[in-house]
Amino acid sequence: MADQSQHKAVQTTGHAWDGDLQEFNNPLPRWWLWTFYATVVFAIVYWILYPAWPVGKTFTKGLATTTFVDADGKEVTTHWNTRAEFIRDMQSGEEALKQKAYLEKVAGASYEEILNDPDMMAFTQSLAKVLFADNCAACHGLGGTPAEVGNFPNLRDDAWLWGGSIERIEQTIRKGRLGYMPSFGKVLSDEDIEALANYVLSLSGHDVDKGLMARGDSLFHSEQAGCYYCHTNSGKGLYSQGSANLTDQVWTVADVNGAPTLAEKIERVKSVIRNGVQRRMPAWEGRLSDEEIKLLTVYVHGLGGGQ
Amino acid sequence: MKLNHESIEINAGLMIVLIMLAISIGGLVEVVPLYYIEDTVEKVDGVRPYTPLEQRGRDIFIREGCYTCHSQMVRPFRDEDMRYGHYSLAAESQYDHPFQWGSKRTGPDLARVGGKYSNAWHVKHLVNPRSVVPESIMPNYPWLLKTELDYSDIAARMRALKAVGVPYSETDEEYQANVEKFGKEIAEMLDINNAEKNLVKQAEAGNYDKDPSRVTEMDALVAYLQVLGTMVDFSKYDEGYFAEFR
Repeated sequence: MADQSQHKAVQTTGHAWDGDLQEFNNPLPRWWLWTFYATVVFAIVYWILYPAWPVGKTFTKGLATTTFVDADGKEVTTHWNTRAEFIRDMQSGEEALKQKAYLEKVAGASYEEILNDPDMMAFTQSLAKVLFADNCAACHGLGGTPAEVGNFPNLRDDAWLWGGSIERIEQTIRKGRLGYMPSFGKVLSDEDIEALANYVLSLSGHDVDKGLMARGDSLFHSEQAGCYYCHTNSGKGLYSQGSANLTDQVWTVADVNGAPTLAEKIERVKSVIRNGVQRRMPAWEGRLSDEEIKLLTVYVHGLGGGQ
Repeated sequence: MKLNHESIEINAGLMIVLIMLAISIGGLVEVVPLYYIEDTVEKVDGVRPYTPLEQRGRDIFIREGCYTCHSQMVRPFRDEDMRYGHYSLAAESQYDHPFQWGSKRTGPDLARVGGKYSNAWHVKHLVNPRSVVPESIMPNYPWLLKTELDYSDIAARMRALKAVGVPYSETDEEYQANVEKFGKEIAEMLDINNAEKNLVKQAEAGNYDKDPSRVTEMDALVAYLQVLGTMVDFSKYDEGYFAEFR
C-alpha cells in the first residue's frame, strides 16, 4: 500500500473489496495485442484459402487447389484437401519421384539384370531392408533368423523348404505357403515313431541304434507311414511339397541342434512325427506391390545364398 | 440480477457455467457439423458390423488396454502408406463404438493388421511377444489362451451397440434389411437371436488358437485382429474417389 502513489497514473477497474483491495486495469502489452490481431488476420486468410466453415450439408472449400493425375491419366484439380495432397505427394512429391525413378528401373529390369547392377542392388538392399522389417521380420526375425526354432524357417541358412531360386522365392512371397505334415500320433505306435526318429536322425549322420534305424528305414519307405511320398526315398525332400531335407543339419520345426543329448534329439524328432506340422505363410500379393515383391525376392535370395 | 462483469465475478456458480459454455464452443463447432455434412463417411462397399466373436475380441482388445499403445488409424501420409497400407477411411470405423483412432504408437498401428500374419503367429505373439520378436517391449498375455470366453451376455452387448446405431437385427424386418444391405451370409451373423450359436460356430470353424475343444479369449481376439482393415477392397476404387469426400 505504501508505494501505491507510484501507480497513480494506472487506472483501476473501479471495484473495491474489503474497503481498499483494488484491481489495476493495465492495458495489454502492445506486442501481444498486435500478435493477437495478426492471428485474427491469419485465420481470415486461412478461411478463404482452405476448407473451413460448415454450410448446411457441405462446407466452404476454399480457393487453394491441388492437382493430381487420376487413374485414366487425366489431370484432376480439386480444392485443397489432405487426401488430394497425399495423392499428389505419392505421384510427384520430391521423395516419391526420386524413389520412382529407381522403382521403374527395377520394374523394367529382369532379375538377372538387377543382380548384376550394383546401383540397382544398392537401392534394393536399402528399400527391401525396410520392407522386410515392416512385413517379414515379425516371423522371420529382423536379420532373417527367427527368435526360436519351431514356427518360422530361418532365411539366413542355405536350406530352402520351398526352393531358393528367384522364381520359387517370388512365388512363395506372392502366394504364401501352407506347410503341412500329418500328425502320426494316432496312426503309428510309439515304437514305430521311435524307430522312425532314429532313422531320420541317422540320415543326418547321427550315431543311432542300428536295429531301430533299420526298422525305421523300412517304415519310412512303407505304405503304412508313407514318409517317402514327400520326403522322397533319399530323405532330401521336395520343394513342391515344402518337405524338409532330412539329410542336412538344418532343423526348422524342432530344435534338434539345440538338444544336449542324442536321447533328447530323438525325443524332439518324435514329437514332430507325433504332432505333425501346420505352418502357414500369408500371401503378400495384394498387400505389397509388384515392385515391392520383386525387391523382397532379391533381398531374401541374397540373405541365405539363393540358388 | 444484471449480467455484467461484476455480477459474474462475484458469483462462482454463474462463472463456472459461463466458462463451460465458452470452452465447449471450441469443441462443438469442430464436431457437430460432421454429423450433418454429407461427405463425412465415405460411400464404400464391404464395411459391415463385427460378428459376435469379433465383437467379443474387440471387447477384450479394449479390456486389455491394447489401445494405449496401438492406434487403429493410418493417416494419409506417404510414409504411413508405405509402412501400413492404405490410409484409414471414416467408413471403416463407422460401426466402432468407441473408435480406436489415435496417434500414440508405442507399438505399430493395427488398422491394417488383418491377414498380415498367420493365426499361429498371433497366438504365439500374444502369449509371449519375444518368442517371435526379440526386440519387442509388449507385455505377455498368456491368460488369453487359458481363459474360456464368457459369451453368455453377447446378445446384451449386441443390443447395446444396436442402441447406438450398429445394425444388428432382432426383428425379422431388421434381418431382411440386413440381407439387402450386407447379403444373406453376413446378415445371418448379425442376428442377435442367433448370436451365441454364430459365435461358437465361427470359433470352431476358425479354430484360431488350435484348440478346437473350447472357445477361448484368444479365439475371439485373433478373430478380431484378423478382420481389421480387410473389409474394403481398395483395388476397386480410384484414389481420387476418396479425395472427393474431403
